[in-house]
Amino acid sequence: MTANASPLIELAGVHKSYNLGMPNEAEVLHGVSFAIGRGEFVALIGPSGSGKSTLLNVVGLLERLTAGSYRIQGEETSGLDDAGLTLRRRAVLGFVFQFHHLLPAFSALENVTLPALMREGRVTSAQHERARAMLAAVGLENDMNKRPGELSGGMQQRVAIARALVLEPPLVLADEPTGNLDRASSDEVFVLMRRMHAELHTSFLVVTHDPRLAARCDRVIELVDGSIESDRSASAARA
Amino acid sequence: MLNWLGFERRVAVRFLREGRMQTVLIIVGVAAGVAVVAYISALITGLQRNTLEKTLGAQAHVTVSALDDVVLPARPPVAGSTALVQTQPRVQRPRSIANWQSLVPVLEAMPAVAAVSPMVSGAGLAQRGEASKSIALMGVDLDRYDRIVRLRSKVVQGEARLGPGEGIIGRELAEDLGVRVGDRISLVTGTITDSLRVTALVDLGVRELNRRTVIVPLRAAQSLVGLPGGATGLDLALVDVWVAQRLASDLSQRFPYKIESWQEANSQLVSALNAQSVSTALIRGVVMVVVVLGIASVLVVSVVQKQREIGILRAIGATRGQMLRVFLLQGAIVGALGSTLGVLLAVGLIKAFTTFVRGSDGLPLFAITLAPSLALTVAGIATVCGVLAAVAPARRAAALDPAQAIRM
Ligand SMILES: Nc1ncnc2c1ncn2[C@@H]1O[C@H](COP(=O)(O)OP(=O)(O)OP(=O)(O)O)[C@@H](O)[C@H]1O
Ligand SMILES: [Mg+2]
Repeated sequence: MTANASPLIELAGVHKSYNLGMPNEAEVLHGVSFAIGRGEFVALIGPSGSGKSTLLNVVGLLERLTAGSYRIQGEETSGLDDAGLTLRRRAVLGFVFQFHHLLPAFSALENVTLPALMREGRVTSAQHERARAMLAAVGLENDMNKRPGELSGGMQQRVAIARALVLEPPLVLADEPTGNLDRASSDEVFVLMRRMHAELHTSFLVVTHDPRLAARCDRVIELVDGSIESDRSASAARA
Repeated sequence: MLNWLGFERRVAVRFLREGRMQTVLIIVGVAAGVAVVAYISALITGLQRNTLEKTLGAQAHVTVSALDDVVLPARPPVAGSTALVQTQPRVQRPRSIANWQSLVPVLEAMPAVAAVSPMVSGAGLAQRGEASKSIALMGVDLDRYDRIVRLRSKVVQGEARLGPGEGIIGRELAEDLGVRVGDRISLVTGTITDSLRVTALVDLGVRELNRRTVIVPLRAAQSLVGLPGGATGLDLALVDVWVAQRLASDLSQRFPYKIESWQEANSQLVSALNAQSVSTALIRGVVMVVVVLGIASVLVVSVVQKQREIGILRAIGATRGQMLRVFLLQGAIVGALGSTLGVLLAVGLIKAFTTFVRGSDGLPLFAITLAPSLALTVAGIATVCGVLAAVAPARRAAALDPAQAIRM
């Protein structure tokens, strides 16, 4: 770990309501607090509807919290405007979604070079090499020029992981990355994430329904009904 | 800068390519609109230029003549009383412009004036043997008059010359009188008779004029009309025909003459041309609106279809501005491709027009060409329209909530 005193991300008393001020207002997160340090591999589990995706979107700066505090590398984010949020998203975060959100009109390689393209307006040859290496690392060296539609679900998810990691962000957020895959592919994708974690020291926050996979994470946060039910390291859980 | 809008360009092009049929249809739509506008503009410009050339080629841009004789009341009205007077308008007899010899150099010195030609006009009869035809007699100085109406270029037979005792007559008049170049005819006005030798036949572009026109030296006309040393009118040619009206009103304020611009002399033609211009502008406007709405509707649909992709792009770091520009660029690309295609189409239409639409003489009716400047202007406007059409869809795309889009 680094000597930096502040954790990578830190949530304190986070509330999130939808449809604020309307008759159908509903609070989904009721004061959630936790922190994630550099290089942690954290599972987020909980029953359906407990607010896991909502929490992940808040952490991913895709949704604003209603009350509470959210710091990234010590910096409070709740006052930032859309441009500020986008900037932090670029600098800190990578995303892997359940439905392998790749862009169907772009090849696997182009999908992986998109983050560089949108940051600098072009893709340098070094960045191309890096994207190729990432795709090779996830076992897709022979499918780089295929469109997502020509790839299996597991392969698409591996492309998504390559895209999330290509610029080596400090934190990768994954919402049920194996939720749509069969058991073999899902194991493969999980193993890949663990390997990337080991190689790049990227922090991971992974939402999963699969207790088998949760058990293979370093730390498990359980969310029930919008509040943290338990937060323990896997070693403690095993003990 | 090589990477200027690199991301936006790549995504915009890809989105358009992905939308195949939609994209092709809207580009064809824009092309059709641009082709119609370019073709109509070129056609109307050609038509108007042709009409103006024909009209202005045969007449002066501004004419100066003596003021009409008016009836003046015999008694001044007594103050405080109203006199009911009945007057008969006076007979207008040929009158000379006072001091025209000194007016000519003054007019010639004006920068707007290209040429000045004095003339004496009157009515009379042309006779040859048994035949007798009523004519419009014009006495001019050939060189000066040539600069007003390019008379020499209208000669169809013989060689234009106006020595003493010589004259030029209209083609139809020659037919009516059975004269050829070199023959003599007599002219009769009032009590005076003169004879002249025909040096050339001219076609003034209008049959009725050709049937009546007899052009003689200034001096001969002066004596035939009974205005020795006089001139009934001054014809002016201008450098720019469109200042005629302004120049005419300026001159009327400075000089006690009747001064008429070609617009006043051809008010029907001018209002017809104006009506044409207004209709063209209307067609252009309607086509422009249709093109804008067409592009906008296709892009609105595209934004809805691409919500998920827009959400992903935003999640992985695209800014609102980038999404906005992706869609503005799509509008620009559709506009630019459509207008390139449209200009080519217009060139084809014009080619077809000049090939298939011909006058009775087998020659094209009039020259119509698509000026490069017109093509560029139309294409530029269409591209700007494309961007404008994309504004609303692009703002929608930029405002899209990425979290919502991703949950879908
Ligand atoms: N945009 C929204 N507007 C209103 N309510 C919402 C919105 N998004 C989510 N919710 C509600 O918030 C609650 C939590 O949803 P969330 O998707 O975070 O749950 P989850 O834990 O991810 O469930 P799952 O395991 O099924 O994915 C649900 O009751 C849901 O209906
Ligand atoms: Mg969820």
